[in-house]
Amino acid sequence: MTCLPEKTDKKLGLLIDLNICVGCHACAVNCKEWNTSGITGPMEDLKPYGDDPSGVWYNRIHSYEFKKPNEADRTVYFPKSCLHCEDAPCVTVCPTGASLKRSEDGIVLVNPDVCIGCKLCSWACPYGAREYDTSGGVMQKCTLCVDKIYDETIPEDRRVPSCVSTCPAGARHFGDFADPNSNVSKLAAENDARDLFPEMETKPINQYLPPKKREQHKSRSLEHKVSNVKDALLKWATLDFTG
Amino acid sequence: MCACRCGINVHLKDGRIKYIEGNPDHPVNKGVLCAKGSAGIMQHYSPARLTSPLKRVGPRGSGEFEEISWDEAMEIATEKLRIVRENDPKRLAFFTGRDQSQALTGWFSAKFGTHNYAAHGGFCSVNMAAAGLYTIGGSFWEFGEPDWHSTKYFMMFGVAEDHDSNPIKKGIGTIKSRPGTKYIAVNPVQSGYAAIADEWLGIRPGTDGLFVGALIAELLKAEKIDWDFLIRYTNSPWLVIDNPGSPDHGLFVRDDDGEPLCFDLALDKISPIKVGVSKPAMTGEFSVENGLKAVPAFQHIVQEFFGDKYKLENVVAETGIAADDIQRIAAEMAEVAFSEEIVIDLPWTDSYGNKHDRIIGRPVSFHAMRGIAAHKNGFETCRMIHLLQMLLGAIDGPGSFRYKPPFPRPTPPHKKNATHSAGPMQSTTAEPLGFPSGPEDLAVDEKGEPTRIDKAFSWEYPLAIHGMMHMALHNAWAGDPYKIDVLMMYMANMAWNSSMNVKNAIKYMTDKDPETGDYKIPYIIYSDAFYSETVPYADLILPDTTYLERWDAISMLDRPIGTAEAAADSIRQPVLEPDRDVRPFQDVVLDLGVRLGLPGMVDDDGNALYPGGYSDYLANHERAPGVGPLSGWRGENGESEGKGAPNKNQLQKYIENGCYWEFELEEAEQYYRFANKAYLETATRMGWMGAPEPIVLNVYNEMLQKFNLAAQGHGDHVPPDHARERIKKYFNPVPTWYPVQEHIDKNSREFPLSALTQRPAHMYHSWGSQNAWLRQLTSQNYLYINPETAKAQNIDDLDWVWVRSPHGEVKVQAKYMDGLNEHTVWTWNAIGKRRGAWALDQNSPEFQKAFLLNHVISENLMTDEGELRSNSDPVTGQGAWFDTRVKIERAQDQSDETTAPMIDAVKSYEKYERPEVLRYGFEKEVSFEQQERSLGVKEKVKS
Repeated sequence: MTCLPEKTDKKLGLLIDLNICVGCHACAVNCKEWNTSGITGPMEDLKPYGDDPSGVWYNRIHSYEFKKPNEADRTVYFPKSCLHCEDAPCVTVCPTGASLKRSEDGIVLVNPDVCIGCKLCSWACPYGAREYDTSGGVMQKCTLCVDKIYDETIPEDRRVPSCVSTCPAGARHFGDFADPNSNVSKLAAENDARDLFPEMETKPINQYLPPKKREQHKSRSLEHKVSNVKDALLKWATLDFTG
Repeated sequence: MCACRCGINVHLKDGRIKYIEGNPDHPVNKGVLCAKGSAGIMQHYSPARLTSPLKRVGPRGSGEFEEISWDEAMEIATEKLRIVRENDPKRLAFFTGRDQSQALTGWFSAKFGTHNYAAHGGFCSVNMAAAGLYTIGGSFWEFGEPDWHSTKYFMMFGVAEDHDSNPIKKGIGTIKSRPGTKYIAVNPVQSGYAAIADEWLGIRPGTDGLFVGALIAELLKAEKIDWDFLIRYTNSPWLVIDNPGSPDHGLFVRDDDGEPLCFDLALDKISPIKVGVSKPAMTGEFSVENGLKAVPAFQHIVQEFFGDKYKLENVVAETGIAADDIQRIAAEMAEVAFSEEIVIDLPWTDSYGNKHDRIIGRPVSFHAMRGIAAHKNGFETCRMIHLLQMLLGAIDGPGSFRYKPPFPRPTPPHKKNATHSAGPMQSTTAEPLGFPSGPEDLAVDEKGEPTRIDKAFSWEYPLAIHGMMHMALHNAWAGDPYKIDVLMMYMANMAWNSSMNVKNAIKYMTDKDPETGDYKIPYIIYSDAFYSETVPYADLILPDTTYLERWDAISMLDRPIGTAEAAADSIRQPVLEPDRDVRPFQDVVLDLGVRLGLPGMVDDDGNALYPGGYSDYLANHERAPGVGPLSGWRGENGESEGKGAPNKNQLQKYIENGCYWEFELEEAEQYYRFANKAYLETATRMGWMGAPEPIVLNVYNEMLQKFNLAAQGHGDHVPPDHARERIKKYFNPVPTWYPVQEHIDKNSREFPLSALTQRPAHMYHSWGSQNAWLRQLTSQNYLYINPETAKAQNIDDLDWVWVRSPHGEVKVQAKYMDGLNEHTVWTWNAIGKRRGAWALDQNSPEFQKAFLLNHVISENLMTDEGELRSNSDPVTGQGAWFDTRVKIERAQDQSDETTAPMIDAVKSYEKYERPEVLRYGFEKEVSFEQQERSLGVKEKVKS
């Protein structure tokens, strides 16, 4: 089995605002195009031009409708990728050390050169965030674009995961949750950020801002100054409105 | 790639695409990129790419082609077109779909001499564009945008989930990140943008105008309107002649200099309007010369919106929106507009010489697209939204809707449409599309009958400013109003999802004249990059490149990409050489022009003026002296902007600047641009306006009244008898709502549900993005239905059901959706494909389970009076996709999980290997550990 680092210097991760996500899939596809040529690529596609096309996606968008009593129903889009948990069960379950959590930044990766494709990690992950590459016989997952965020040939403000740089609505944020002054820590603190499945005790790094409850409307109406066309035409005919 | 027109950076490695990202500096997308743009790799390497010119050898539709050389293809095309031009140029119909090079293709048509030209706007959003341009000199989307950065109350009507992609998503994200801003979605479907609205109004389709009218009535009755704005910047106080039956009834009273008049309360007499000085009456009845009566235009507004039509109980019954909500929203709007105004302390001078020391904004903003546009009352609904904006004083101020330069433009813009095609070997004087400013500008013959093949600009569809591509196939087949010889098309899948009625569209292209044995549409030339459903129906295929292999431009002459703060245009440069025998369509158009010897494309000796093709044209063509396709770095040394001599290094300058040019306006020139003296002077200097004249906003549209008068028999240009009643009914100077035919005709009870389509955000503005990645997201569409509506018919979630309309039927799989108006069903458009097309395997879900709603839509409708009319807005000719009404019935055999009708397969086109497993990417040269260790010191990718 594989050990987790006692502590990581940074806790890099994503903060995803479900109040802003419109479910457009930009993040999922941009992730795929970056990472298929990335450090753990390629990301295979099975029957890409056939029946039942499928493939490896490090990031998938789910959509739900939900209805609570006395509230109108809602549509919610829910992007999901590896949450880079502090207590990552996918790491501790790994028999070869392929599944690893980096001590410097907390990113969870799979070393394909060591992975034996036993799939224990995907059974251990409560989020279903692992993807199996049938061609390579190895497990794959979100790398938090580790090969992009440290690439000094890329302008500094673009050194963020591709899902973040491409998100048209600005629903995704990247940063260091270990630093209380980071953008993500502040956003999380100000906005009631949530762990996904806290009861699983995985201590996920990625945080979600849940959809805010829609405001209850207060009945109100404008006071009518004129009620019929005759009164209106008569009243307004002599008023100087330029004052 | 699409009309969102984002800037992209394409990273290459070893001659292949590694990564496509949004250009961080680009005015449209500022670094973001949608799913479709991100899947560009799979689009570019699609196995459905055409590889060489094709000549049809089997019957139309068989897919039997012979590969031919470009020389032969161009010779065939030239010969066909030459004969047309020598005899009667209008017998070429050229329709270009989702073309972003309309400034070129429209110009080509004019030089060829045919006015039978349009792109796809007639079946997309012309209602929205026309209503805006004829009312406020700009419109939503390309000509204006909400002030995302400071609006406090944003209402969006409809907007299929995609339009206009990244700018809207960025804007909504901005609003949602700013506390205290309210966003209301008025949309029958709660998905996409509507899903994250602060309030969702699941309105019944086609009734939005009534809802807007009720808001207007509430605001009027409460006197919560911006009187000052109306008096200064709109024609509200202008006196209108009230003399029913006379030829000048409903026209403005003007003095001898043609200046409009008002009744000045301070002077106690009728006098010319002096903005900032006059104290005009807004209502009342006044006597003008010759004992004529006149009333201020505003009085007509009051009379309309105090009418029974907009009474709350009526509006509630039609729209399904509660009275409480209508009243509350009107109150919220009024509060934001008048109690939360935004004031910028910045001096500016209006066009009338009044100096202002600050800019006042009423931060209520609106946006609309399709749905609103795709109804037969869409033109009027959009006008009503603009009227609401005017009443609130919420146009081009901080926090409101703001124009994107070069808009606003005069209402309408000063560019006339061609009224007829040219004679043999001649060119038309005007370009095919433009803006009629009265009955005299219609494209009709001496009998008042249409001169265009699509009947745009006729008495039936007078303001069809984007043409009516959706009628072209039918009319060409029917020979109504005449037969054509050649149909040339580009970027529109008219044999499939771009036609309202697929079976008929196919019939129109394959029907033969029984006497001659020739096809009724004699010759079809088509350009596409992929093997789409339309390819098998063409006689000659001129294969296009992908978007990464050609030059493109988004020109100020076309539909530019500016923002509220800046004018902008852009190019795209080719990053890859085609690896097959294909050519950019724009190069082909110019080459055809040279071969045909068209003026403007050849010199006196017949030599090409732009031998370098489209890029040569982009840099060197002048439409008017100093005005070319691109506005940046003009002048011999790139010293000018807007106007200036061509610059041979212009494209290089664009490339150095990230492939765009942006001209930011001074802050004091960014507001109230319809009457902002400094702005209008800048606009004139830049060539966007002919003169720095103010643009008066129309609460009352005199031009529409001129059409109405013509229908009453007044003037030199009157409609033929069969068109009179329609013109009288639908041409009203005051915006008004009316129910669309399908909601009230004799079929309306039998077919109670509105049926709508949206395009998935990841397939925005395209019909062919079934690429390897995107089709994993959507390869089957469902018919979404409100569970209550479904249960009433014993339809379970995921049951197969028949959808029937008066025009046809289609079998589909239903899916429950709570966030959906109960009188409405909807689905994703263009997911269903025809077996054999798009290089997909024969058993793909796109063929088996996915469907087109188009099977139950028709381009023609029979009225209860027995008249056959285009399924289009009677003013603009906008294709009314969203008026479709259906009934649904559970299919008896649930075990047959396939859609119907199943149109026969087309012969497949297999030029590329279609792997069972695709592993796109680049081989790793080193181990994972080595890579991980060396993070941060990677090689620089080529950009």
